[in-house]
Parts: sequence; C-alpha cells; structure tokens
Amino acid sequence: MLAEKYPEEIKAIFAKYPVKRSAVMPLLYLAQRAQGYIQKDSMQEIAQMLELDVTEVAAVVGFYNMYHDEKAGKYRMQVCTDLPCALRGADEFLAQLCEQIGIKVGETTPDGLITIEEVKCLGGCNHAPLFQIQEGDQVAFHENMTVDKTMELVAALRKAQE
Amino acid sequence: MTKIINLKINGKSVSVPEGTLVVNAAKMVGIDIPVFCYHPKMEPVGMCRQCLVEIGRPMIDRASGQPVLEENGQPKLLFGPKLETSCTTPVSEGMFVISDSEKAHAGQKEILEMLLTSHPLDCPICDKGGECPLQNLTMRFGPKESHFLFNEKHHNEKNVPLGDLIVLDRERCIQCARCIRFQDALAGQAVLGFYQRGRDTDIVTYSDPGFDSIFSGNTTDICPVGALTTTDFRFKARPWELNQAASICSQCAVGCNTTLNVRREASSGGGYVIKRAMPRQNEQVNEIWMCDKGRFAGYHYTQAQSRLHLADDALEAALSLAAAKLSAAGAETVFLAGGRLANEDFYNLKQLAAKLGAKAYLYTQHGGGGYTSAYGLSAGSNLGDLGPGDTVLVVASDLYNEAPLWHLRLKAAAERGATVLLANARATKLDEFATFVIRYAYGDEIETVRALLGKEKIGETIKNANRLVIFYGSDGLGLAGTTALAEACADLLKEHPAGQASASGLVGVWSTPNQQGALEMGFGPCPDLAAEITGKTVYILAADPAGDDPALAEALKTAKALIVQDILETETTKLANIVLPAAAYTEREGTYTNAERRVQRFYPAIPARPGTKPDFTLLAEIAQKCAIELEGRSALLVMNQIAAAQPAFSGISYAKLAEVTAQWPIIGRSDMYYGGTGYQNKQGLGLTLARTEKPAPVEIQYSALRAKEDEWFAVPITKLYDNGNTVAPVELLKGHIERFNGIVLNPATAFKFGLENGGQAEVSLNGVSYPAKVLLDESISTAVVLIPRSFGIPIREPAAVRVTASKKAQEA
Amino acid sequence: MTHILLRHRDIPDLKNIEVYKQNGGFESLKKAVTSLQPKQLVENVKASGLRGRGGAGFPTGVKWSFLPDNIWPHYVVCNADESEPGTFKDREIMEGNPYQFLEGVAISCFAVGAAEGYIYVRGEYAPIAQQIEACISEMEKQGYLGDKLFGTETSLRLKLHLGAGAYICGEETALLESLEGKRGMPRLRPPFPAVVGLYGKPTVINNVETLSNLPYIVEHGPAGFRQFGTEKSPGLKVFSLSGNIERPGNYELPLGTTFRELIFTHGGGIPNGRKVRAIMPAGASSSIIRVDDETFDKVMDTPLDYESVQSLGSMLGSASVIIIDDTRSMDWVINKTIHFFKHESCGKCTPCRDGTFWMEHLTTRIHNGQARPGDVQLLDSVAAQVYGKCLCALGDFSTMAVRSAIERFPEDFEKVIGS
Ligand SMILES: Cc1cc2nc3c(=O)[nH]c(=O)nc-3n(C[C@H](O)[C@H](O)[C@H](O)COP(=O)(O)O)c2cc1C
Ligand code: SF4
Ligand code: FES
Repeated sequence: MLAEKYPEEIKAIFAKYPVKRSAVMPLLYLAQRAQGYIQKDSMQEIAQMLELDVTEVAAVVGFYNMYHDEKAGKYRMQVCTDLPCALRGADEFLAQLCEQIGIKVGETTPDGLITIEEVKCLGGCNHAPLFQIQEGDQVAFHENMTVDKTMELVAALRKAQE
Repeated sequence: MTKIINLKINGKSVSVPEGTLVVNAAKMVGIDIPVFCYHPKMEPVGMCRQCLVEIGRPMIDRASGQPVLEENGQPKLLFGPKLETSCTTPVSEGMFVISDSEKAHAGQKEILEMLLTSHPLDCPICDKGGECPLQNLTMRFGPKESHFLFNEKHHNEKNVPLGDLIVLDRERCIQCARCIRFQDALAGQAVLGFYQRGRDTDIVTYSDPGFDSIFSGNTTDICPVGALTTTDFRFKARPWELNQAASICSQCAVGCNTTLNVRREASSGGGYVIKRAMPRQNEQVNEIWMCDKGRFAGYHYTQAQSRLHLADDALEAALSLAAAKLSAAGAETVFLAGGRLANEDFYNLKQLAAKLGAKAYLYTQHGGGGYTSAYGLSAGSNLGDLGPGDTVLVVASDLYNEAPLWHLRLKAAAERGATVLLANARATKLDEFATFVIRYAYGDEIETVRALLGKEKIGETIKNANRLVIFYGSDGLGLAGTTALAEACADLLKEHPAGQASASGLVGVWSTPNQQGALEMGFGPCPDLAAEITGKTVYILAADPAGDDPALAEALKTAKALIVQDILETETTKLANIVLPAAAYTEREGTYTNAERRVQRFYPAIPARPGTKPDFTLLAEIAQKCAIELEGRSALLVMNQIAAAQPAFSGISYAKLAEVTAQWPIIGRSDMYYGGTGYQNKQGLGLTLARTEKPAPVEIQYSALRAKEDEWFAVPITKLYDNGNTVAPVELLKGHIERFNGIVLNPATAFKFGLENGGQAEVSLNGVSYPAKVLLDESISTAVVLIPRSFGIPIREPAAVRVTASKKAQEA
Repeated sequence: MTHILLRHRDIPDLKNIEVYKQNGGFESLKKAVTSLQPKQLVENVKASGLRGRGGAGFPTGVKWSFLPDNIWPHYVVCNADESEPGTFKDREIMEGNPYQFLEGVAISCFAVGAAEGYIYVRGEYAPIAQQIEACISEMEKQGYLGDKLFGTETSLRLKLHLGAGAYICGEETALLESLEGKRGMPRLRPPFPAVVGLYGKPTVINNVETLSNLPYIVEHGPAGFRQFGTEKSPGLKVFSLSGNIERPGNYELPLGTTFRELIFTHGGGIPNGRKVRAIMPAGASSSIIRVDDETFDKVMDTPLDYESVQSLGSMLGSASVIIIDDTRSMDWVINKTIHFFKHESCGKCTPCRDGTFWMEHLTTRIHNGQARPGDVQLLDSVAAQVYGKCLCALGDFSTMAVRSAIERFPEDFEKVIGS
C-alpha cells in the first residue's frame, strides 16, 4: 500500500541511511500521512520492507508521542501546559478552549474534525499560550494565541472542510 | 590464554578471567548479588538497577602510573560517589567490591521498594509463588513495609494470552526485558517487544500467530516474576507441592535434559500425576533451555486416556501366548522396533532375536546410521564450544522443526564465529544465521554434497576446519536417499585431517530419542519391509507401520502372527493378535543415546500404569518362557551387560552416567533470580560413546526420482508439530498442529493448478487419493509438492503424485 | 548587543543563501576545508574553550579529540532535539540563521573526518526540519556540500532525521538508538559514543548552538571567540528567558552576564509589579534558586556562567531561564515538573520509571491539599532514593526541582500539610 502510494518518498528515505532499520521512523510518518494514524497493516508492510519483525516496528510506534495507533480528529490540537507556558496562563487557556469547543481533553468534536490534546513543552515558551496542530505527518504552530483567535481558526478549518 | 584479574569482594579474594562481570565473579565465590534484568546467558543491560554495589578502584598516580599507597602500604582506593551496577561492570585489577555494606543494602532495598510500587503483590494466587525471584529477593533484601499507598498502584490488564501457550500478566511485569531479549538475541525471533513508555511500558507481541516462537516456554523460566506463565501449568498446582524427577525429553534426537514435576492428586484418585516439564541444565546438550514441543507435548501422551494396559492374569496369558508364537516361528520371526525404545530394551530385544536366530530391524525411514557410529561425535564434543575455525555442515534438514535445540545452538555457534554451511532444497529458519546457504533441487542432495569441496570458498572452510561437524537429515528423502547421503557426508570426514578429532563427526537428525542407541547396538532399517514381513510371525515394538502406510498394513494382515508392544493404541495394535502394554519412559528407568552419541539416564517420575511393564522386562519375561535367560529385573543390570558386551558402551555404568561436574552458569538451587526456574542438574550429565570400528562399505544403488513434465514430484518433510501418536493427544497444541497440516506448493504452480493458500486439494499417491489443505511457500521449486510426515498421507520415499483441486472446493 | 548566533536579528532575510553569502557565508567552511588540517581545527576549538551548549557544558574540542583514528567511518550527529521545558534557542537559530548552523555542522564533520553528518530534529519542529532540508539541498546545489568540496578531495553530506516526540531522545545515546530505528532508550556507557556511537562507529554529538559557533571561531580564531565571556566559560550564549517575565525570548549575551542584566535590562522585569520568587536557570531539570529580600542582590549579581550558577546550588545547563513570580507556590511548580518527567521517562530503568510515577502521586496529593502527614518527607526521600541510581541523567533531573523546592521553600509545604 505505502509502496504504491509513495514510491519516490520511500526511495529518498532509503537513500538516507546506510542501515535499513533507520528508515522506520520516516516510513511510519508516511503511514500516518496515508491513514491519519498507524494501522497494523502498514506496520506489517514496513516490517517487510526493513526485514524486521512487525513487533519491532510496533515497539517504535508505541514509544513516540507523535505516532498515533488510534483514530482521532482530522486535526489534533496539541496545547502545551508545561511549566513555562503554565506560568503564562496555559492551563486557563486550555480550560476555556475546551469549554468553547465543547469537548474535554482527549475528546474529538462530533464532526470528527478536532481532537484536543494536552502536551509537554513544544519549544515556544516565549509565545505562550500556544498549540500545534498535527495532521498526519504535518505540524503547524499557532502561537501567542487567545481563545477568540483559536475559535476563528476552528471556524476556518470547519469551512475548509465543507 | 586470557588474563586473570585479582580483586576482593566483601573481603574475599577472587581471581577470575579478564572480562568477567562483577556479579558473576561474586557468584563464583558464593556471594549473591540480587539481579532481575541480568541473566548469565544474555548481554547485560543494566536496566533494573537491582545489583547496585560499592566499587573502589586503586588510585593510580598519573606521573608514575603506579598505584598510590596508604600509610599502611595498602593501595589507596577511590570510591565513586554513586553505587554501581555490578551486572554491567567488568572486574579490574585491585578492585574492591562491597555488596553487603549499609550503603549497598540501602540501594538494593530502595530499588526493590520502587519495583514493588507497581507490583500487585497477588502472590497467593500467582503461579510463580514459591519459586519467584521477586518474592525471594523481597524476603532477603526488601523493605519490611512499603511507603507506597496500595490504592495508588498502577493497574493493568491481567491474563493476556500472548498466544496459545503463554499468558501475560501486565501488572506483575517489572520491565526487565528478559523475555524480549531472549526472543531477540537467543531465539532470533523478535516477536516480543515493549510498547508505550515510562511507567506505562508493556510487553506486547504483534506476531501472527501470537508469540510465534517454538522456544516461548523458556521465557516463563527466566521471567523473574509471575508475569509470564504457560497455559499448560497455570492454576494447575503450587510449586511447593511438586516433586522432581530427572528425565530426558523423548520428542527428538537432541535429548534435552528435563525435570518432570509431579504431585499426587484427586484427579487420579490420589495417584501421581505429572504437572509440567522443565529444562534441566546440561551445558553440553540443551544448556538451560528446551523447545515448546518437549515442554508441552513431552509427557502428555504418557498420561493419555488411550494408554494400553491389561489385568495381571491377562498380561501373563498374553506373554505366554506370545512366547509360544515365537518358539513356534523361531528364525521365521521378524522383530521391528522404533527408536522410542531405551538402550536396555534394544539390548534385550537383540539378545532374544539372536537366540531365536530371527531378524530384528530398526523401524525408521532415516538410513545411513552405520556411518554415525563410525564417524559420529565422541567424548569431549560440545556444540557449545564451536567457534572460529570450526565448520558445521547441515544437509537436508530443517533443524528448527526437526531438532529445535540444535537450531538454537548452531545459531549461537555461527554468532561465535563458527562457519555454518546450510544445504537445503528450501528455505529454513536457520538460513538467516548461516554463513553460507546452498540451495539445491530435491533429488540433487548427494551430488550437492559431493560437489562441496570443489566450491572454492565453501570447500576451503571444510578443508581447513579445525573441527568439522556434519548434520544430515531426511528432508525430502527416504531410506535409500538418506543412506546414500550419509555415505557422501561420511566421505567428507573420512579423509579430513580433523575427521578423527572427537569433536568432529557425523550426526543424524533422527526423529526419535534413541535411534542412535539402536544403531550403536547394530540395529538397522530393512530395505524392503513389506516383503520382509509378509507371511512371517511379526513382533513390533514402539512403532506404528500400519498407521504410517497402508501397504505395510496390508503386509501385516498376511502375518502368521502379529505381536505388538506399545504404550498407546495405534493402527498397528488394532491388527495385532497379541497386544503387550508397555510402561512409558516417565514410569521407569532407562537410558537414551542422543544423536550426539551421549548416553543419558532418565528416571521414573511416577509409578508404572497398573497393567503395564517396561519393554525390557516384557521381553525378558517372554524370553524366559522360551527358555532364554535375559535380565529383566532392573535397567541398571541390563546396562551392565550392555557395557560388557558392546565395545562402544564399555566402561559405562548407571553410576558413571549419574555423575555431574560443575557447570556455568550456576542455576537452580535457591538462586532462581539469577538463572531462572530451570533445574540444576544433580542426576547426571551422561557420557559420550567411543567410536566403533568402521562399517564395511555397503553398495548403495540410489538414483533420485525426477519429476516429469506432467507429474508432481512429492517429497516427505518433517514438521515440529504433527499428528504423530506422541503429539496429537495434546489439546494445547491443536492450533499449532493444524497450521502445519497441509501439502506445501510453490505459489506459481498452485496458481497454475487453480489451488490457493488454505484451499482443499486431492493428492493421489500410489493410486489412493487423500484430501489435503494447500499451503504456499515461495522458496520451493515449482516442480515439487512437500508432504509433511505423520499427517495422514503415507509418503515414505519421494514419489510421483497427482494433485487436483478437490471437487468440494471447485463446487464452492 | 553583538550577535554571533542570532545575526538574523541584525541582517534581514539571512535565511536566504544569497544574503548569507554576501555576509561572509561559507568562508569559514572554505577556509577550513582548503587551508586547515582537521587536527589544527580540533586544536583551535580546544583553544577557543567552547563548551557544549546542550546542557553538560563539556569542552567541545576535547570531546572531538576522543575519537580513535583507527576505526572508520566517523559520524557527526547534531542534537536538535531541544525538548527541555523553557528551551527554545536552537529553534530560533535554525529558523533564522540556518546556513550558519549548517556551516557549523559541516565544519565539525571536516574536523573529525566524518563524510556524513546527521541532524536529529525533534518531531514537533517538523516545519523547521522542512526548511533545513531545503537549505541542505540548496547548499548541495551550490557546491557547499557533496564531493570535491572547493576542489579538494573532501566529501561531505548532511542528512536530517526527524524525531517523533520524546524528550529522552535528547540524551545522546537514546538519540543514537532512535536514529538507528529503535525505541529511544539510553545505552549503557561505557562504551561512549566517541568510540562506539552511531551504527557502532566513533561519533561526535553536539548541540545546535555549539556547532553554530564554529564558523565564527574559524574566522576569528580562539582569541576572537574568547573576547566574550569568562575565562572558564568563554563566548556568547543564547539565554532562553521564559515564565513570569515582561519580555520573554532569546537573548544572546556573553557568558558571565548577571541575572540582573538578563532579567531586568533585557527581560524588562516582572510583569504586574510582582516580585521574582524563584528562578530555574536550566529549565525543568534545574534546582530552584530561591529569591527573597535577603538573597535578591546576591542572586541578581551572580554571573550566568557554569561555575557561578553552581555556587547558587543550581546549574546553568542549557541556560533556559524560567522566572517564577511570587504568586506561585512551589508545590504547584514541582507537580508540573514531575508530571513532565513522569511522562518523558523512557521506562528502561526502575528508579526513574517507578520513582517518577511515585513522585507524581505524592506531588499531586500535596498540591491538591490531600497530603498525609509525612508525605513531604516521603517525597523528599523518594527523590533521594531515585537520585544517583539511574541509567541516564533524566532520572536525576527529575529530582532536582523536588529536592530544592522542599529544602528552600519549606513554607510552601507547611501550608499544604496544614490543610
Ligand atoms: C534527559 C536528557 C535530555 C537532553 N536533551 C538535550 C537536548 O534536547 N538537546 C541537546 O543538545 N542536548 C541534550 N542533552 C545533552 C546531550 O546528552 C548531550 O550531552 C549534548 O547534546 C552534547 O552536545 P554539546 O556537548 O554540544 O552540549 C540531554 C541530556 C539528557 C540526559
Ligand atoms: S533514567 Fe529514566 S530516562 Fe534514563 S534510562 Fe532510566 S528510565 Fe530511561
Ligand atoms: S541492572 Fe544489574 S541486574 Fe538489572
């Protein structure tokens, strides 16, 4: 499936490393791009490409925050509430945001568009409150945010959807 | 010559080879340092941090490079600020290790307390309770009470089946990764892994079928807690209720040393029942491991419902009748015995046949055994020693399926630097570890071996080998083929400079535990069995020819009289005029000779089933009725006769076989936390036979069958789990057996004949048609059909067959 | 304010390769490759006194000199995993001044004889990673990477590897595991990466900021670099200033600049007329410095260099200065930091895996006012129990804030006990 879908990307990835196994992380990102999250069939395909046991691939998926093995909203809104952001009101920001959007942390909007997640430091502490939106293997920063600005963004995303 | 390092541990002076880890140096002088993640058979990882000790090192003067001395002339010691993990630290000269100080004990106690914060402490209902390293070490090194709030414990799934055989309790797991590392590093099948991270780290398998490894049982031995248990034993008994009996696995020719755990229970009216089989250490044979077949099928069949038995008087009558038949037939009798009999049984059988002037054959499809007595391994051989400069050749054998422990040990040998040459007609699991893989077409076995010395690289590794060990199997071969193959392999050893070295030799990958013993006593297979037994008085022991082949069943029907001695009902016993019920190997004493020619004792684990007797006793009692004197009282006495009569066995006695010398690593005892729950060997490491004189070269007419355009060339292969009498009775293994039950084709040819994976086919062999499931394997040639033995299609030799999609399948 | 690393603040569009070239770009790389011996280069960097900016502050040139020259190939791995809470300096360098950064990586490759360098960027920086990859191919196009560099026999290639969210992958051996396609769990040391590193080969691992200094050192020589900073901590350093501060952000200042200058002159002081109550100079991993009326001047006049900050019972680390004002209580602060470490513990070793889990229960209970008598002492002893027993430094890091908070802010904990 990946092999048909991304022949060029895969070739480039393999060219990068002297040892096949190193390709597992970029390949997992491809799988996430393809299906939004990582399913067993892609783990199996990757395992075959790299001559690994599928369990070895799964073990990598399970380790990293940005690989997801379960379906969620199209956009994962990942709000940092770590110490530096919290000192600048991130906890309150997240709380109000949840209230406005009408879901709790970890939940997904009924239209399946947005999942709100609470994450650790994103390296934007000077721009708190902030979040990033993860979509498959893509990431977009949204910094110096307010609840209103965020709701406008959400509205825009909803529009784009229709 | 490795350098010797001198150090002190808890005041004791220790001298050990350079590179020894502190924890092992301590163990060697009887000092226990607690460990969880460390295992002496695996590389250290320093994960659990349980083995913390204080380590001081002599202070070296930069300028002079000399140790700095205290006033008292003792070298000044430097202690680091932190405790160190003794499992990851190699010894160094002048090191001063303290594992029992306040500080060290505090460290060990603190780690244990932290491990317990996430452990459920459900010992009362845990199968490991009583032999649990965590439990024992907590008693010994642990804190009296925990500061951790019980209701804040990390809760997690219990009773998670990883497969048919192994169950995981995620709460009990302490993340030592022993199981993961065993599968990855030792078994070479990374089917277990960690998932998640931190406190959420879990053991998972994504393999299909789950926990897809034939060595899975070993992970339950080395799991230091009750996280991994076998479906065979869990909830069946408590370790402290069990007695131990030393035994030898009867499932293949490796002869793994085992311990059978036994208790009396209501289920058998207060009688003794075997609850589980565990590995028993023998570093020359199975180290501390065993395969799942041995562990889970090893003993179950001996407790099967279908065990044969007779009331005392009925047995007596049967013996008299049998004796009468034999006396009447005399030299017209044909004895036929399977390799499951013990040495003592074969010896008595040999005597009886000789006195009657009758023929006695070994029942096997695997020929060429004579060469293995003449060119086999002898005293001092040990696969565990093979390394750089040594060469191992494996021909026509799928060791993973036919002799799992040799697969494990040859993989290790290759990793130690031995050259492993693998010559097979199809891919096997050992391929990825072999130095060279030689692929031939079924039928080309002999030519391939003959051509080896001609190949430059491969030829060199054989010619220059310090030690040369050759395994020959019966993959795709019958009696004639294997015999010719044995000769070709023997020729490689005959002229070889190292050929006579005791650690070099020819090994037959037999399917039974004691074919080698029979061979050593001069038994051999019969070239044309059907003809030989037709119209004769036939006495069959521990074999089921009728079940294997309708042609033999027909021949047996013509027998004047058919006497069958076995432990289970078989197709053959059904045809018998007289059935003699034998005691199982778990119920008597005896010895097996493994294919490495090591004679090993097994001991009675439970009393013989009422109405059964050991084979050698049944034979002796019949002999007596024929006025022939044979030793039937005890196996020990028979062995004394064998030692006197059989040159290869000279000097062997039960006492000698029971001797043990120190083995490394030290396992069992109370040190379960260190090596696992496998058993220490107290009952004997066995002895390897001396070589016998070379056999007179026999003329072998063998020409491989070739597939013609329009037909299929069917060959027999062996699968680990089959429907043989010793495996089929095991409920646990049904799923595994089913997976192997089918004929194997190359996808291309299957497609050509409209057959698909898992589909139904009709195989017609010698005019008889058999149904079979279709399994696919890209690695095999398009001209062959692989037919696994003991799955109902009676293939004993390569044969031409026709395969068609079954009617049912086509209609569907 | 002089900028070496944050030059993009003075030079618009420096991330454009042409602009970078017009401003002396790649001259240092050219100089190194065409006129310097690798050994010389290593000596220069030693002489410059450059210390690692990733946290440990280990002398960079010395680290390079550990590579055995009888085992090949050598690798350079740049640590761009920047995940310490409060750290965002590498990000700005890569975003604003990517070519200087890449030139630095290239120079380090040449210095240690590595033909290939890997840049491990944290997964959350995916957009920056894409930009860096574009810059790499631009450099290849223009002949600043590839074979026969500047007509010499030198070949040099840079490759970017994207992480996927794991603080532990900033630990150098965990990073290597991750780069090799495994779970990012730290390796045993010894052997050290300098001897057995990436794919088992000798490997140099340096932080983004560390390497970004190299072009300047090559151009101006050790002396030029030493004109900034102190004897033991030479050079400029990017300080990431965050928390309760008027103007959070990165400030590139000489090592040895005082807290006062950083916080008040540059940071603009504490908002809403509040007071500084505590400072965490090395992100979540640091011991907490108490600031009150007695200690105020002492702390504020302390120079931000490796030794001086230690004298305050903390460390400079990666200079991620988190300012905490007097509206915050330390039981809340350590609950945050422990939550972070518990979440990021790789789980390989017992004390960190189970200790952070235990401490999270305790800090949460204490912060929620549900503490039981003795819980604070217990928390302190659990932290002590974890400290010094772990396989890598993360475990120790997790205990720093906890122990210093309990010791230096007793009142915050008496309060919670009271309830
Ligand atoms: C838990 C942990 C996290 C770390 N995170 C980082 C990081 O994000 N970036 C970094 O450059 N160094 C990090 N380090 C330090 C690295 O291990 C390593 O010392 C450093 O990258 C060496 O580069 P330098 O000498 O240029 O500082 C971390 C160390 C530990 C123990
Ligand atoms: S200290 Fe923590 S992060 Fe480091 S190895 Fe141990 S568990 Fe992993
Ligand atoms: S760390 Fe030494 S035994 Fe686990």
